[in-house]
Amino acid sequence: HPRDVRTCETNKHRTGSSGEGTTNRPDNTAFDQQRLPAWQPVLSAGIVIPGFLLVGLAFIGIGVALFVTSRSIQVLEVSAPKGFPPLAVPPTRGGPVFLYYGLSNYFQNVRGYGCLAMTTSSGGTCPRCSPSSSCAPYQYDQNTTIAPCGSVANSMFNDTFTLYQLVNATRKTVPLDGKGIAWWTDYNIKFRNPPEVDGSLAAAFNGTVKPVNWPKPVYDLDPTNPANNGFLNQDFLVWMRTAALPDFWKLYRRITEGEYASGLPAGNYTLEIQYNYPVANFAGRKSVIFSNTSWMGGKNQFLGIAYLVTGSLCVVMSAVMLIVYAKFNSPDEDF
Amino acid sequence: MWRRRLTCLFGGEEKRVDSRTIHAGRGSSPVADAFPQQKFCDNRIVSSKYTIWNFLPKNLFEQFRRIANFYFLIIFLVQVIVDTPTSPVTSGLPLFFVITVTAIKQGYEDWLRHKADNEVNKYPVTVLEDGKRVGKESEKIKVGDVVEVLEDETFPCDLVLLQSSRDDDTCFVTTASLDGESNHKTHYTVPDTVKDVESLHATIECEQPQPDLYKFVGRMHIRRDGQETAVRSLGPENLLLKGATLKNTKKIYGVAVYTGMETKMALNYQGKSQKRSVVEKSINAFLIVYLCLLVSKAFVCTTLKYVWQNQHGQDEPWYNPKTQQERDTNLYLKMFTDFLSFMVLFNFIIPVSMYVTVEMQKFLGSFFITWDKDFFDPEVQEGALVNTSDLNEELGQVEYIFTDKTGTLTENNMEFIECCIDGFQYKNHKFLTETDGLCETDGPITITLNKAPEELEELFLRALCLCHTVQVKESQPVDEIDGVVLDQVDGFSPSPEDQCAFIASSPDEVALVKGAMTHGFTFIGSDSKSMKIRNRDNRVEVYELLHVLNFDPVRRRMSVIVKSESGEVLLFCKGADSSIFPRVRKEEVDRIRVHVERDAKEGYRTLCVAYKRLGNEDFARVDAELREARLSLHDREEKLMAVYNQVETDMILIGATAVEDRLQDRAAETMEALQGAGMKVWVLTGDKMETAKSTCYACRLFQRGTELLELTVGALGEGEGKREERLLELLLEYHKRVVHDTPPSKTGLHRTWSSPGQDYGLIVDGATLSLLLNASPDGTGSHYKNLFLKICQSCTSVLCCRMAPLQKAQIVRMVKSSKGSPITLSVGDGANDVSMILEAHVGIGIKGKEGRQAVRNSDYAIPKLKHLKKLLLVHGHLYYVRIAHLVQYFFYKNLCFILPQFLYQFYCGYSQLPLYDAAYLTMYNICFTSMPILAYSLFEQHISIDTLLDHAALYREVAKNAMLRWGPFFYWTMLGVFHGLLFFFGVYCVFSNPALLPSGQVFGNWTFGTIVFTILVFTVTIKLALDTRHWTWINHFVIWGSLAFYILFSFFWGGITWPFLEQQRLYFVFINMLSSMSAWLAIMLLIVLSLLPDVLLVALRRPRGRNTRQVLPRSPLCFPSIPHQVFQIPPVSHLHAHISSFLHASFLCISFLCPLSLFNSAVAG
Repeated sequence: HPRDVRTCETNKHRTGSSGEGTTNRPDNTAFDQQRLPAWQPVLSAGIVIPGFLLVGLAFIGIGVALFVTSRSIQVLEVSAPKGFPPLAVPPTRGGPVFLYYGLSNYFQNVRGYGCLAMTTSSGGTCPRCSPSSSCAPYQYDQNTTIAPCGSVANSMFNDTFTLYQLVNATRKTVPLDGKGIAWWTDYNIKFRNPPEVDGSLAAAFNGTVKPVNWPKPVYDLDPTNPANNGFLNQDFLVWMRTAALPDFWKLYRRITEGEYASGLPAGNYTLEIQYNYPVANFAGRKSVIFSNTSWMGGKNQFLGIAYLVTGSLCVVMSAVMLIVYAKFNSPDEDF
Repeated sequence: MWRRRLTCLFGGEEKRVDSRTIHAGRGSSPVADAFPQQKFCDNRIVSSKYTIWNFLPKNLFEQFRRIANFYFLIIFLVQVIVDTPTSPVTSGLPLFFVITVTAIKQGYEDWLRHKADNEVNKYPVTVLEDGKRVGKESEKIKVGDVVEVLEDETFPCDLVLLQSSRDDDTCFVTTASLDGESNHKTHYTVPDTVKDVESLHATIECEQPQPDLYKFVGRMHIRRDGQETAVRSLGPENLLLKGATLKNTKKIYGVAVYTGMETKMALNYQGKSQKRSVVEKSINAFLIVYLCLLVSKAFVCTTLKYVWQNQHGQDEPWYNPKTQQERDTNLYLKMFTDFLSFMVLFNFIIPVSMYVTVEMQKFLGSFFITWDKDFFDPEVQEGALVNTSDLNEELGQVEYIFTDKTGTLTENNMEFIECCIDGFQYKNHKFLTETDGLCETDGPITITLNKAPEELEELFLRALCLCHTVQVKESQPVDEIDGVVLDQVDGFSPSPEDQCAFIASSPDEVALVKGAMTHGFTFIGSDSKSMKIRNRDNRVEVYELLHVLNFDPVRRRMSVIVKSESGEVLLFCKGADSSIFPRVRKEEVDRIRVHVERDAKEGYRTLCVAYKRLGNEDFARVDAELREARLSLHDREEKLMAVYNQVETDMILIGATAVEDRLQDRAAETMEALQGAGMKVWVLTGDKMETAKSTCYACRLFQRGTELLELTVGALGEGEGKREERLLELLLEYHKRVVHDTPPSKTGLHRTWSSPGQDYGLIVDGATLSLLLNASPDGTGSHYKNLFLKICQSCTSVLCCRMAPLQKAQIVRMVKSSKGSPITLSVGDGANDVSMILEAHVGIGIKGKEGRQAVRNSDYAIPKLKHLKKLLLVHGHLYYVRIAHLVQYFFYKNLCFILPQFLYQFYCGYSQLPLYDAAYLTMYNICFTSMPILAYSLFEQHISIDTLLDHAALYREVAKNAMLRWGPFFYWTMLGVFHGLLFFFGVYCVFSNPALLPSGQVFGNWTFGTIVFTILVFTVTIKLALDTRHWTWINHFVIWGSLAFYILFSFFWGGITWPFLEQQRLYFVFINMLSSMSAWLAIMLLIVLSLLPDVLLVALRRPRGRNTRQVLPRSPLCFPSIPHQVFQIPPVSHLHAHISSFLHASFLCISFLCPLSLFNSAVAG
């Protein structure tokens, strides 16, 4: 029928897509039309005020628990120890007691310091392989590979402590436990010794020299316990876990045996310190700390106080908001 | 970009030759060798930027020209070269990611361009070779080929017309896609070539290609066997331009003279300049702030490092001696490398991934516009089109809208409404096309209260039928008998209403002819000599067409001289009232003037019709004069004009017509909404003032109460010298009235609806505008301009009529560059709007009837004006909020990411030890925190779509870049600082005793960093969750998924000894951290503490948005609240705002003071 004639199938090549008909119609899906079902949360007073109250109360609860726990943890710190400082230990509750050494103004977290060539740890087969250049300047000692290389290993803390209890003017040695002071994973997985040659660890380290500052080689660190030698020496591992801040504690020993297992009995003690580690020339200080722990770790007042403050803030806020809403809001407010 | 290919085979010396010689019918030219062979480009159009081969180097080069990318490249290179704290991977990987994603996007876009090019280049054409017709691809056409073009095809290259299928050696073309003129233009064949195209031997000499569409000079030497060479001159009337379309002519042959990139169309194509959105400018400003922050951080650290090292024992403690290399390095060099190292360490503060996220957000987000079914128009069968995704958010920032009138505000669909004959009104009872597309011929449907004398009525209708240049489409079968005539307007599918094949240069003429048809007189057709009409008695009358006195814009009228069957010679003239009234006898004028003025006021386009009988001797004289003028060689135009003016006098006015250009669907509603949204609408039109004014009233741009200020030629009065003075007077007067008398607070954007202030509207016309803009250059010019601008800005609407396309662009530029550089938007449908579309910040094309030129040059194209409302109020608003939040959030999250690392330098001896592990540094922006913000920036609807549509005023909330001004930026920066300080010093305090495990074991620096990082990831993610108002399942998925991914990744990363890592820094760090109750509690505490102010703020801010945001959306049970509450901020929320800001400030103080003391002591120590 002539009426249906459309003359305009022209310009196909000009208008291109216009001839495609209804295929141009956009899909009517919720996604395309930005009408996906959506949750539209409203932080109304009805939620915020009770929420604040609840959070505040919970925080106050946690804060009290933390505060009380932290107060119950006993810490005995001996600053700048030298020789045989006497210690008067008050009655302790709960053990075991941990012996820490503390260093201050000591930058273990300096870049370049924390480096240790881990060729020895991953596979642990190759102490003689050329160590990473990041170990410089303790990479080679007269062209022989240093094991373990690097400044951090070289400057390992080497004061030793012995604790005596003074019982009737006699000194009774308190047994110090050197196991379990390093992370379990450091000791068992991350660090590994090279395979022993002919049953001897020393032979495995053949061809390497000890770090310059060390009095004895790495395979001979603990003469009393052969399993505590090489890279798997607990003191070494503790030292290698570089501290976050320039004032730090590191775990030295645990007091876990005998009558001392559940805390040091009250009394007089003395600490014998073999002073090897120089700190004076960089204005550092050393200290020795006795502390027990709780579920929250060592003593830390900050967390408890922070929780209490935050909790009370929340409660105060909710109170303020309550007043504000009660006073200024129209009666149709729904809370 | 259409690049002028310089490789286009133009050697250096040939370039200087300013003419080219072409052998027509190349293959068969035996004398070709006699001329030095010139080489021309092929007919390939290249708009693509890259080829497969140069894509990689070129794209990389272009990407690294961006300052941000270049910065990252530098950082990367520094990391590679200098010994820096972080591995090059940490910045290399994100950079690689960014570059790759951008390259893929650009590659895809270029592939699309290749496709479009191919479509044009591979278009089949027919070429004559050796007398045979050979099918070819368009790109294979060479200069000199004879090309065959059929009706309605576009010319594949610039052709000199040789032969036409029409008898009179002419052809018709439309150049709508070139210059927007949709009328039919006549082109002529070169004389003497008509008969023998196949055996043509000719040489064409013509100028080298130049972009002027209307200029062409050349000569054609035609050789024929046994005859001497004939020389014919060639002009623009012989040249068919690429891009134009052949109309009303079955086929033509032409010889290609310019091909490919040398065609006038290609030379004319202005490359679209890259438009940058205001958000991008804000980003750059913020970037500079952060860059300064970065540099100053690095500087502070470097300085402090050397100050600190000067202290005794700190430079080189025994436990950490320097290497030989370090000792040997020059101190200043060392300082410099330290500085670079700090830069590298802190460079994450400038987020690499922000650029890629912004790009992705824009690219993906723009699909929502394309997909929106509300933009689908069943008539055009198309939805919206997004040509650039860079400006999505700009749609939410528009302050000025410049709109075209015809085709944009109106439909450009002329309808004959009524006529007035001899003072009697004839109104069409029904719109002639609304029933079934049929034009009724069986009788006029008119309400005629009083009728004019019948002979006058018929004379008027005959005049309408004869006085025009309309043509009936030839290819139509002879069904005019049924009165079914098909309309053909420039290649666009006609609406079903008007299927009439009338071809005319202006739609008004078609409307008039159709109008006559409804009254019983049908124009059947014409050839060059005669016109046929069928009268009311169904009898065909044939008139001999003697002369056509063409329309021109100066005379503003046209006439025909015809000889009726009875031998009577008649002149019919139609034109604008102002040009007709002085030329007719006075007595008729008044009766008709009333009608004309009333009609014009109603928004109709009016024309007056007059006639004149020419006696035999009169006609003989006129005929002679016209012929003489036509043949004259000098000043032909002036002479013709003089004759026309002389002939068109002493006419008798018969009547007037009124044609309506109907308003677009919901035009008024749209305009009202846009004004309600605080935008100012300016109408820029080429149309005359009265019509445009009435359209403005119809669109409610001018309201009844609007006081109109006129700056028109009429208002200025005559006289060249006085005009400027008068203009200044008027300007000053208006300025006083508009600017001074209105309190400034009530003008402009912040004018509230309740304000009773007087609305002003301004009307300017083209002549006055050019007077204004081109006023004497000495200072007064800019004074005029300033006054004018101030007046304009205080008016609610401005109407600029009688504008040339370039003036439209001028106005846009003037507003764009005015104080405060407001965001402008131009909307238009025709080629005459292209200049303003390109000029404005955002150009919108309406898919109208005047060709695709506007659409192609626009940034966004929508089928109808009414779609503008949703585009701006919903999409624009949402995009702006999304991207603004995205930008602020990105800066924030990187600030609180890097601040702890900066603070850590004070505790690690300024040694550039990173706080976080390299994996965390790298993954933070790529994996852990990128997806939630991307999802937010794609799906967030802080206010629902329906609410945004219903309350236009919400648009004002984000006006003037509200979310990216320095205020919010400062807020976000402070938030970032607050969080960063809290994270670091919180964990610092916890680490005052590093024995955090019940086993008494201690944590090291990597645990410290990991705790901070965990708090960081959780806080920034939950912060975003707090800001999210619209939780789709995707938001849930990515937010909780990101956190889960972080935890899983940490387990995985720390759970395995990775063989490629030299140091297993994080081995079991995360898991060990989780075994500490204190770490858990610290993480929880710090997350809650850092988010407390935000929760408070959100909670306290709520009442303000309550009316609009939460209650209204989609809840049929709720009563929509009173809209005015939106604007009048209730006093309660004032108080809330104060309280919340106070609380926030006190929070900041507490959190600052507590760690600051520690900080001080630490620095001192």
